[in-house]
Amino acid sequence: MTGEPMSSTHGDYLHEPKGWRSWLFTLDHKRIGVLYFWSTLAAFVLGGILAMLIRMELLTPKSDLLPADTYNKVFTLHGAIMIFLFIIPAIPAAFGNFVLPLMLGAKDVAFPRLNLASYYLYVAGTLILLGGILGGGIDTGWTFYTPYSSTTGGTVSLMVFGVFVLGFSSIFTGINFIATIHKLRAPGMNWFRLPLFAWGTYATAIIQVMATPVLGITLLLLIMERVFRIGIFDPKLGGDPVLFQHFFWFYSHPAVYIMILPGMAIISEVIPVFSRKTIFGYKAIAYSSLAIALISFLVWGHHMFISGQSQLASAVFSFLTFLVAIPSGIKIWNWLATMYKGSIKLDAPMIYAIMFLALFAIGGLTGLFLGALSTDVHLTDTYFVVAHFHYVMMGGTFIAYLAGVHYWWPKIFGRMYSEKMSRMAGALVFIGFNLTFLSQFLMGSRGMPRRYASYVQDFQPMHVLSTVGSWILALGLFLILGYLLVSLRKKPDAPANPWGAATLEWETPSPPPHHNFDRTPVPTHGPYDYDREPALV
Amino acid sequence: MNWLRELLLPEQATAYAGKVDDLFLFIFYISAFFFFLVTALIVFFVWRYRRRAPNERTPKITHNFKLEVVWTVIPLIIVIVIFFWGFHGYMDATVPPRDALEIRVTGKRWVWQFEYPNGTRTLNELRVPLGKPVTLIMTSDDVIHSFYVPSFRIKADLLPDRYTKLWFTPEKEGTHVLFCAEYCGTGHSVMEGKIHVLSESKYRDWLERGDETTQAMPLPELGALLYQSRGCATCHSLDGRRGQGPSFKGIFGLTHRMADGKDALVDENYLRESILQPQARIVEGYQPIMPTFQGLLTEREIQALIEFIKAQK
Repeated sequence: MTGEPMSSTHGDYLHEPKGWRSWLFTLDHKRIGVLYFWSTLAAFVLGGILAMLIRMELLTPKSDLLPADTYNKVFTLHGAIMIFLFIIPAIPAAFGNFVLPLMLGAKDVAFPRLNLASYYLYVAGTLILLGGILGGGIDTGWTFYTPYSSTTGGTVSLMVFGVFVLGFSSIFTGINFIATIHKLRAPGMNWFRLPLFAWGTYATAIIQVMATPVLGITLLLLIMERVFRIGIFDPKLGGDPVLFQHFFWFYSHPAVYIMILPGMAIISEVIPVFSRKTIFGYKAIAYSSLAIALISFLVWGHHMFISGQSQLASAVFSFLTFLVAIPSGIKIWNWLATMYKGSIKLDAPMIYAIMFLALFAIGGLTGLFLGALSTDVHLTDTYFVVAHFHYVMMGGTFIAYLAGVHYWWPKIFGRMYSEKMSRMAGALVFIGFNLTFLSQFLMGSRGMPRRYASYVQDFQPMHVLSTVGSWILALGLFLILGYLLVSLRKKPDAPANPWGAATLEWETPSPPPHHNFDRTPVPTHGPYDYDREPALV
Repeated sequence: MNWLRELLLPEQATAYAGKVDDLFLFIFYISAFFFFLVTALIVFFVWRYRRRAPNERTPKITHNFKLEVVWTVIPLIIVIVIFFWGFHGYMDATVPPRDALEIRVTGKRWVWQFEYPNGTRTLNELRVPLGKPVTLIMTSDDVIHSFYVPSFRIKADLLPDRYTKLWFTPEKEGTHVLFCAEYCGTGHSVMEGKIHVLSESKYRDWLERGDETTQAMPLPELGALLYQSRGCATCHSLDGRRGQGPSFKGIFGLTHRMADGKDALVDENYLRESILQPQARIVEGYQPIMPTFQGLLTEREIQALIEFIKAQK
């Protein structure tokens, strides 16, 4: 690392002001980002431990480690925690909060108090959701399908209410980001000088604000049905169970893009920096994010090809699903073209970005099998789907999240981590992940249904592979957590711009001062201009 | 590339399965091609354009219209082909022929119930004639289930208060496994059925006379068979483990405390009532979730189950 190490004890946001109150009542977007970072990380660890339990149970065909009812509660909780407490908030609320205002050259987000409120709603929603476990937990699956969810026992109403509260946290973050990007850009920062991370966050925020209310209403209706026996979804009360699926996926499919767009946004930052090259097709990437955001509202029915919806509806949804594949494909080609004739350095963030390209490609391509009607009928509700969405959500979003963690860690905490350890952990994660989930594609296409506590003997070899893979994956992830935590206690301090990046967050010290910039920065160049002399290093 | 098909997909027991597999393999080849293209480019770029000096300058290439059109239009054409191919197969799978044999299917936690046109009813075991189209008219008694036969490549949800259809023409004699593919609670993973494809004449014989092999079977042995095939095993263990219902181990002759506070001796008549009117008396601490088997078992089968339970010491 070259350059002048910044003293990290004077006046930076981590150390000034002092005291726990200054953290709990902070209005600083950076501190709120950090609070979100540790909270979502804790949720991930909890969800991960549940995932390990699931894999342990599936090591043998019989349901022996966990009784079937416990297994059902464990996979429900794993899904709910990973989706609502980790993937949805992790990148926008942790990195978006921290980095977005810096990238725009702003002092904070547009509504700092709303920002803090969003964090406390997240905490409240989390406590309600996890409080439900003490009351016995729920066994509905994270999708809460009716009439199962409206008739089963357990604390369904309470936990569903937790998700309802979490929805508002997500909406608040979305509103804040839209307003921030519109109103708080530094002078000279026009729309096409925005870093692509800002575009991705913007597209995400639109979906958060437009789709989340539908989930909120749906969940309230479910609670009303359970508590007041008002017939909405349960046929015994005169309701329609398929209606629930329509409502649920009307939110939850766009939500898939709430999860992946921020991941793509990180990749669009990392690849140009470590290729030292202008991003290829800036406008194509920016517009494809918006295209994804809009088309994503029109494809929810592809979760329901076998649900009894009309064949015509299925055909239309299948067609639109293929259309939404195109903008994602365009992004992959643009990222590849950015590397062409670049000056590529394989630092940790770039290793994860490349891993993302390969894993997301598999996740995207296997989506073709599920978008096509006749193959989907065979594959839906099997492990093929489980593997597909883990490749997209974990191989895509989570690996992009790791790229972001390694990329912005020096900026957020002012410390560098061990490069050697990061490579070792990266290799373990890659091998472990593929072993865990490639085997699930195979058992899925051979007919292994999902959400099974026990299974027929034939599938055991693939389940064993998958479980062993999960151990390797967990080892890699604990290694990452280990060296990151060690770096907090150990020098070297990070320079302002360790990667030679050209976006504004690197023009302020690491970690940044409370007010972000000493004077409002004026962008004199685009966020990816690497054809000029290297930026301050 | 038959080995690939056999590696990736289950046995093909209908002609329709072959059509689905053709599309599956087509998408597989396309995906494999693009995946290797992307990885090859990554590896090549990482090696060819590795950073040699810390402050290297790179050319400013912002976009290339022709290239962008190429990588938008070619994938678009490919996915449209896949769409129509999949749509075509789906129409085949959803429009049953008019002369098909109609069988009624009811899913309930956690058994499959079948009713044939002549009134014969079975549980968890569907017998169909070889080479004849069969239409299933399906509904559910409680929550959503899904009828999934991997070797036929068919699947459809069963909804309460509504009918859904599924059809197939079996083209391979033998037994095919039936799974429940929509999560339905405790017994979801053991809500398994079997589809026996018989020759036309064997099917007729069975429909008229019932299963001859079981006619001569001693009662406890027949009971053991029914214990598995009628789904008792889902909730009632034989080793004393508590399930959704009481274990059968040593149950005969015990006195049970009922939910209404009364006691009941477990004897033949109590067992008979529990099978035919399970809601009449509920053992304390258990939920009233057992489906009734009224009309689903012959007199001999009921006796066989009672004898089987008696034998569990």
